[in-house]
Amino acid sequence: MINGADIMVKCLEAEGVSVVFGYPGAAICPFYDSLYDSSIRHILVRQEQNAAHAANGYARASGKPGVCVATSGPGATNLITGIATAYTDSIPMVAITGQVRSDLLGRDVFQEADITGACEPFVKHSYLVSKTEDLPRVFKEAFHIASTGRPGPVLIDIPIDIQQNEIKEFVYPQTVDIIGYKPNTKGHQVQIKRAIELIKSSTRPVIVAGGGVLSSGSKLKLVEFAKKTGIPVVSTMMGIGVMPSDHELYLGMLGTHGKATANRALHEADLVIVCGARLGDRAVAAPDQMSSKSTIIHIDIDPAEIGKNVKTTIPIVGDMKNVVNKLLEEIGEYHISNAWGETLKRWKQELYRVPPTFDGFVEPRAFISKLSSMLPSKAILVADVGQNQIWCANNFKIKEGRFLTTGGMGTMGYSVPAAVGAKIARPTREVMAVCGDGSFQMNMNELGTIVQNNISVKIIIMRNTRLGMVRELQDKLYDHRHSATILDTKPDFLKIAEAYDIPCAMASSNEEAEKYAEQMLKTDGPFILVCNVYPDTPSI
Amino acid sequence: MQQYTLYILVENQAGVLSKISGLFSRRGYNIDSLAVGVTNDPKVSRITVVANGDEYVVEQIEKQLNKLIPVIKVKRLVEGEFVSRELCLIKVHSSAAKRFEIIKIAELMQAKVVDVANTTVTLEYCETVEKISTLLELLKPYGIREIVRTGTIAIEKGVSESSK
Repeated sequence: MINGADIMVKCLEAEGVSVVFGYPGAAICPFYDSLYDSSIRHILVRQEQNAAHAANGYARASGKPGVCVATSGPGATNLITGIATAYTDSIPMVAITGQVRSDLLGRDVFQEADITGACEPFVKHSYLVSKTEDLPRVFKEAFHIASTGRPGPVLIDIPIDIQQNEIKEFVYPQTVDIIGYKPNTKGHQVQIKRAIELIKSSTRPVIVAGGGVLSSGSKLKLVEFAKKTGIPVVSTMMGIGVMPSDHELYLGMLGTHGKATANRALHEADLVIVCGARLGDRAVAAPDQMSSKSTIIHIDIDPAEIGKNVKTTIPIVGDMKNVVNKLLEEIGEYHISNAWGETLKRWKQELYRVPPTFDGFVEPRAFISKLSSMLPSKAILVADVGQNQIWCANNFKIKEGRFLTTGGMGTMGYSVPAAVGAKIARPTREVMAVCGDGSFQMNMNELGTIVQNNISVKIIIMRNTRLGMVRELQDKLYDHRHSATILDTKPDFLKIAEAYDIPCAMASSNEEAEKYAEQMLKTDGPFILVCNVYPDTPSI
Repeated sequence: MQQYTLYILVENQAGVLSKISGLFSRRGYNIDSLAVGVTNDPKVSRITVVANGDEYVVEQIEKQLNKLIPVIKVKRLVEGEFVSRELCLIKVHSSAAKRFEIIKIAELMQAKVVDVANTTVTLEYCETVEKISTLLELLKPYGIREIVRTGTIAIEKGVSESSK
């Protein structure tokens, strides 16, 4: 005989899960008891939301679904922001929650919350398990759904009695058969042929690369396609890293906070090839204008994204890898005329400007740019949300590494827990979290997790004692009325670092910042670098 | 804005209806009616939705519904190529003097009298939405006490994909 909790652990083992992020509680105790004897590593976070963010960072760095665990009621509801973040940003994740006894469901007992109901809009799928026998199938399906098609979070809510009940034996299913879930990955041959014709007849084509290029693992293929054809590439925030920043065909991030060259190229283009991007409002503020001026080829694994924000001439539903492979085969020896490339090169030079510096402060854009050159080529930079995100997005010179941030949901406090997950997935890579003093204070409790597990993440706090992004918005749209956007000069982050025994430094000039960054990179284990930033520093 | 009818085949499992209705409400799609029942395969339920919106909205609804894991199939029905019906029960105020007038109207419209009481007559009517409106108009002057409607169900004419 085997109980449900042991089955849950065996399912995770069968899925090759080596680490889970979580926080225990009464309703998930049977699972934690079984986990105690397992080889699966458990990382105890300091708040459930961060378990989800850590699983998110883990998933993005490893390419495998991240797993997070919480108890019923408040534990589960604390996960929601993390689940919603994974949903909007299309990150594969399996979230496991304990639930009150199934015969008490619906009676509002202690720590009961309808978490499958509450998460409905934010999950790719969810299960409220009603029989212990169902657990193996549910786990198999959950991992399959989370990691195939357009990736996303799947929630499994398991009442405590289902974890305790025993069944005869554990058999993990080999295959999955969900009648209503068969993602189309191939890419329609006729549409691909039509796309090739359009590409060959265009004079000013641009590729817009989104997060889908990275999650499908087609980055190198897309670069090959761009190089072969000479078509320039812009990326969305989620797509940063599809090409090395200094690649001559790469024009930077597009959108409200993007690079002028990228936006200008998109504006002037006669053909836009959208790859694994949904083109949300931050990427393209006026999608109607875009589609009225140019023809659009939209490639995405999720058919619902095609035509949702931008009118599409040629829709191609499929896995980016398959589609780009076919495009490469079909295009033959083709290169766009040089005139467009030359124009873009000229714009790139015209539009470059050096940000001004202020005495007694670190210029964050110049520092991020400098820091990039100090980092190993495969370094992972996790940016939080706010001005720090934009500074990083536009100035981190990515090579073969990753840029992780929540471009879709924009969840403040993401960077530190996500960096924890990324570092655990890729222990040999340099992992850096960059946040503001606002976003750091949202999840700085995770310093406890970092210290307890000696996770070597480097944290850079851009301290401008403001909620800079909103403040900037208030300057532009609300007559400089800085309502609730001034942070105190407290806390003293160095003392906080000290309290956790984490080495730290504070910089008030770029020279200092660079000096400390060097020290930080030499330090084995975590490090906190606080950069004092001039409060009026703009985002771009 | 245009009205359209679509059917959704779903796996017959707990919570599926709330997944579907939740999707409609959170994405701001308007439903005029929704009816659900099991099909000849007991593991599959069929939901008929009558909704309104422009072409963009309809296409989005179909695509978003298809993303739900328990949804097996979504099909928009083409005007003129399907038969639709709605069942309704109508309780009409009726004094003894007016009773026969009401029963006469029911006969003319081919509605069935299912209950007669001292002050009410209850009719059963299974028809298209248009005919139901006509009957209700005719009954209005007598005073309608209560109406219960099932929502529209629809089926394609002839041999369709789902009846093969």
